[in-house]
Amino acid sequence: MLLDIIISGLISGSMYALLAIGFSLIFGVARIVNIAHTAFYMLAAYGIYFGTYKLGIHPVVSMLVSVILVTFLGLIAYKLFIDPIREHEAAVLIATIALAIAMQEIMLLIFTGSYLSVPALIKGYFSIFSVKVFYQQLLTFGAALLILAALWILLLKTKLGLAIRSTAEDREVANLMGMNESRVAMITMGISVGLAGLTGAVIVPLTILDPLMWMHPLIMMMAVVVLGGLGSIKGSFVGAYILGFAEALVVFLIPMGAFLKGSVALSIMILVLLIRPEGLFGIAFEEER
Amino acid sequence: MNRRRILMTALAVFFLVMTISFPALGAKTIKIGVIGPMQFMQGKGHWNGATMAAEEINAKGGVKVGNKKMKIELVKADSNEFLNVTDATNAMELLATREKVDFIVGGFRSEAVLAMQDIAMDYKKIFIGCGAAHPELCIRVAKDYDRYKYWFRGTPINSKFLVRTSFIQMATVGAILKKSLNIPKVRVAVVAEKAMWADPLIPAAEGFLPKIGMELAGVWRPSPVATDVMAELSAIQREGAHLILTFFSSSVGIPFARQAGELKIPAVQVGINVEAQKDGFWQATQGMGNYVMTLNTYNRHVEVNELTKPFVERYIKRFGETPTYNAGTYDAIFYTLAPAIEQAGTLDADKLVSIIETRDYKVTSGRIAYLKDAEGRPLHEIKWGPGYQTSLGVQWQDGKTVGVWPLKWKATKEAPEITYKGIVPYKIAPWVIEKYKK
Repeated sequence: MLLDIIISGLISGSMYALLAIGFSLIFGVARIVNIAHTAFYMLAAYGIYFGTYKLGIHPVVSMLVSVILVTFLGLIAYKLFIDPIREHEAAVLIATIALAIAMQEIMLLIFTGSYLSVPALIKGYFSIFSVKVFYQQLLTFGAALLILAALWILLLKTKLGLAIRSTAEDREVANLMGMNESRVAMITMGISVGLAGLTGAVIVPLTILDPLMWMHPLIMMMAVVVLGGLGSIKGSFVGAYILGFAEALVVFLIPMGAFLKGSVALSIMILVLLIRPEGLFGIAFEEER
Repeated sequence: MNRRRILMTALAVFFLVMTISFPALGAKTIKIGVIGPMQFMQGKGHWNGATMAAEEINAKGGVKVGNKKMKIELVKADSNEFLNVTDATNAMELLATREKVDFIVGGFRSEAVLAMQDIAMDYKKIFIGCGAAHPELCIRVAKDYDRYKYWFRGTPINSKFLVRTSFIQMATVGAILKKSLNIPKVRVAVVAEKAMWADPLIPAAEGFLPKIGMELAGVWRPSPVATDVMAELSAIQREGAHLILTFFSSSVGIPFARQAGELKIPAVQVGINVEAQKDGFWQATQGMGNYVMTLNTYNRHVEVNELTKPFVERYIKRFGETPTYNAGTYDAIFYTLAPAIEQAGTLDADKLVSIIETRDYKVTSGRIAYLKDAEGRPLHEIKWGPGYQTSLGVQWQDGKTVGVWPLKWKATKEAPEITYKGIVPYKIAPWVIEKYKK
């Protein structure tokens, strides 16, 4: 059972990490609470389905094309709906909620509410210590780690990453230092939505597609971000695995209460916040920024 | 100028009130509201069944009401009940007030239908349920007949009967496993989604299993929308279950079947899996849902009575897919409402109620007669049993569903054996045979 918990926790944690880091990035840099973040993940998933089944494209190619298209869509949405109202945080929140619901309704109209699926890239499973693991799960976990590693390199080893981190730390000073804060925000939005699209690509063979599939990850993603500390990428990474493992523990240790996994994970978040309101790696006072 | 403006405004308001307040002139129709989650399969089933019924009735000139014929006009109402019960009650309210429908058919989720039922009863509209299984919907009729008498269950049989049928089917499959694979005592894993309708099923299953010589391996309650059930499947396999009794009405039925099939979990699946009733199940599980058995109402190869096959064939021809039980709106309109209206000669709800509740008549899924409770009070609950409504057991075999139950089934020792036309033998999954055959 321990191995089951580890595998399940790693897979869920990786998914939440990909989503939460993307969300944290855009919040940290541009102070944008993008509720539509997981809706882009949904769009990518449907794009992969459409490419694979309606256009007959190879699933991997579908995935790449979907991620690119969703990223462009995210940038367009940012330019049209978010950038003009960026300074009004409440308005951005409402606008992104509306965007998410609009995307949901469009998917509902095109694909209806029927549950759909995409084939696994690698079929079959193998056994480790008599625990069965799908090859697709291993691929998903590996891909998630690769993406996270690439993101780490981008943020820590490149000039763009430096600009993103600087802007996240202090927008005004970054501007004064000659960084075009607006352009950095736009690029960060692209990376953020791209991460959501990539999450869709790696997770979709393991999940079911339906127009409401963006809601549960949204709640968990928000919980991860709050637990880890708003705007903290390290916090999002750690928080994601904490909640991923919390879910796995509930499901394996309390089979009758498997449906409570989300509630337990959120309760852990609340407990942590009671002790440390800024989250695990968040900033206690705004002046510290 | 001022006086002229006032006069123009008054005229505009007058015409506006006239157009809104007064019904359109012309031949009156029988307006039937069809309410359901229209973006989903269940709502589509509601609408499609109702559409077929309305078209067929109207093609013959309509329903005879007294000495005139009236055509049926359907009004679609999206309850959005998967997301929001408030939307469902609003939709019902609009049907009764703005659309002024005469009757209502449909509804799916018990939680939503309980709320919708109250709205329909407020307006004294006959509401025939075609999706919700909770017994409370009919218990209300017995407890407060004057208020709830306008409610009738059309389909499915209530959850207690659904469970009973599932148990019978489970016992049948268990006996097959025992005989074919020499399993001395079949261990059963009960997996029921965490939803209101499934709550009473757990204690019922726990009490029933020992009576048929089976033992409980464990109980699992995944979320109705869970997308990963590896935890449950790993645990079920560890417990050595031979049979998984499923109670799924939502999307969890797909990942469960898919992952169990991919992992070749050595346990057969029997019970209720609403997603497995649909033609799209095969694609949704990527073909891994083979050998999954589920309760169902229709199957393209099975004839419950002489009405079944013509209905199913016409439905498939019209809509390109096998009807789900929600398409029971066809029976609700064609066999329940229309004949009652013709017999009563009126659309008056009270008169129709007294006719409908005493009728005993055939529908495409069997026969309908309404039950009374132990105190003799009407329940408007459809009768379960041989000759009435039994449902079917269908199994996915190599890409298509076939009927596998009832096959030589005897409800009691004295009862006659029943096999519906088109029923074929149940198949055990090869990996289960490989695991247990000695």
